[in-house]
Amino acid sequence: MTEIWDGLTKAIELLISLDPEVMEIAGRSLRISGTACLLASLICLPLGSLIHFHHFRGKRVLINIIQTLFSVPTVVVGLFVFVLISRAGPLGGLGIMFTPTAMVIGQMILITPLLLGLTISALSGVSKEIVDTATSLGASGFQTVLLVLREARYAVLAAVIMGFGRAISEVGCALMIGGNFKGSTRVLTTATYLETSKGELELAIALGIILLFLALIINIVLNRLQQR
Amino acid sequence: MSLIEVVGLNHRYGGRAILENINLSVGRGEVFALIGPTGAGKTTLLRIIDLLEVPSAGEIYVDGRCIPRSGKKRLEIRRRMSFIHQKPQVFNLSVYDNVACGLRWRGEVRDRVAGKVDHILEMVGLEGYKNRNARTLSGGEAQRVALVRSLVLEPEVLLLDEPTANLDPVSTAKIEQLISYVARQRNTTMIMATHDMSQGQQLADRIGVLLDGRLVQSGNATDIFRSPQNEEVAHFVGMENIMEGTIIANNEGIATVNIGGNAIQAVTNYPAGKEVYACIRPEDITLALSSTQSSARNSFQAKVTKVTSLGPLSRVEINCGFRLVALVTKISAEDLNLQVGREVYATFKATGVHIMEKEISQ
Repeated sequence: MTEIWDGLTKAIELLISLDPEVMEIAGRSLRISGTACLLASLICLPLGSLIHFHHFRGKRVLINIIQTLFSVPTVVVGLFVFVLISRAGPLGGLGIMFTPTAMVIGQMILITPLLLGLTISALSGVSKEIVDTATSLGASGFQTVLLVLREARYAVLAAVIMGFGRAISEVGCALMIGGNFKGSTRVLTTATYLETSKGELELAIALGIILLFLALIINIVLNRLQQR
Repeated sequence: MSLIEVVGLNHRYGGRAILENINLSVGRGEVFALIGPTGAGKTTLLRIIDLLEVPSAGEIYVDGRCIPRSGKKRLEIRRRMSFIHQKPQVFNLSVYDNVACGLRWRGEVRDRVAGKVDHILEMVGLEGYKNRNARTLSGGEAQRVALVRSLVLEPEVLLLDEPTANLDPVSTAKIEQLISYVARQRNTTMIMATHDMSQGQQLADRIGVLLDGRLVQSGNATDIFRSPQNEEVAHFVGMENIMEGTIIANNEGIATVNIGGNAIQAVTNYPAGKEVYACIRPEDITLALSSTQSSARNSFQAKVTKVTSLGPLSRVEINCGFRLVALVTKISAEDLNLQVGREVYATFKATGVHIMEKEISQ
């Protein structure tokens, strides 16, 4: 059990000393998962609104499928992207295997169902009366959507935070299509995995704690933003 | 020409008829009250007029032009109107942003929005709440925000759905004042739904009675309250005394009506032999201890059977061969020492009796 304690002190040490290698890895984690989350949000917020505000056949089924995909294993997404971008794959010509770009794509695919599903349920939380009120005050369809998104901002932000959390904490996809190369695709989770397999439990625990610390900072910043 | 015209409107929902053959026209600057009990279809009718819903059948005309059932034109027309819903729905934004949103959606420039919003908030005494989240307001305050959010748009047509339901008397008075101010100052056309008849009478130029999805009668307040068209309307507008009878003679418009063996005089043109309902508003019956000489043609000796206190008024049930309900002030009830068993004289004018034809159907 001493490893946990040692890991904690090590984490504090690494954080205070701003250890260049750890900082670089943490920065990369943040950049890759942040980009993935941002891009996924840009797709899922409008798409989720579109699904929520339109009535069509099979809507229920579609939402069920989206919700099922919440629990898609990271390695399955990793495998899927791997097949897609491997040299022989349909997107092999892009040559992005084992690059941060590939990791961003993988994480985007991973969190899209989550963001989409949670956006839809966030919008469902806004009452029909609010929509009617906006419409009768002269809002166009698009203006109504914007208002409803604004009304649901807390739940929408929670969705984004969830998405980011899943992206930054996943390891399967990052390992399979990132490759965990030092200096280019090594992120906090893959580094933790590597250190554990090397027997460097102390460092592994420290990296895990740093990841949680990062998530805490992000949460605080986003919550501040929404309270304005 | 009327500003809004509803023609042959029918609406069904879930296999049930909500509105049946509604025909209605409201002129520019007119205040029209839709009165009717809960569930009569008032809200649905307002929603259809606000183009929030498409009716199952029938047309709506605005300025004489028929409104299409879908498309951009509806937004354009809707932006000339404003609908205040029964339950005030304020957005989870500051009071200022709530009031500003309609103007912003119409593409007003920032300075003009600020000017108008500040002015109207000041007018209703909400300027101190500008930056507060509207969700933290009390019911009365939220209703005022909802009201000025619509009024700031200076709509040509204002639709109000039970604007004072669930409000205390003071808040109700404030809202009513604001409504009549707007109606007078801006000559805004209004259609308001209410189940409160006195509110309809006080604020409206014309009243329509909506019962069970049908517009049963419309006209000015006096017509509706004094001369309801049928028993249903009579009940709804507070005609407590509705008695079946037969006309036995008619002498130049003054008829004698037989009600269970008692003859009463009433003003009507129905001929002898007609089966009718005779209606008397309870406030039109006066009670006295002796038979007074007066121009009133009907005076009966009666026995008090029940007295109920209604605050400043007392509701007195009497039996004078037939059952009557009279409303007298509390003070006169005390002066007359009205209590069960007391002998009194009930007097009402022939013009105070409204005669309705008994419906042949059923």
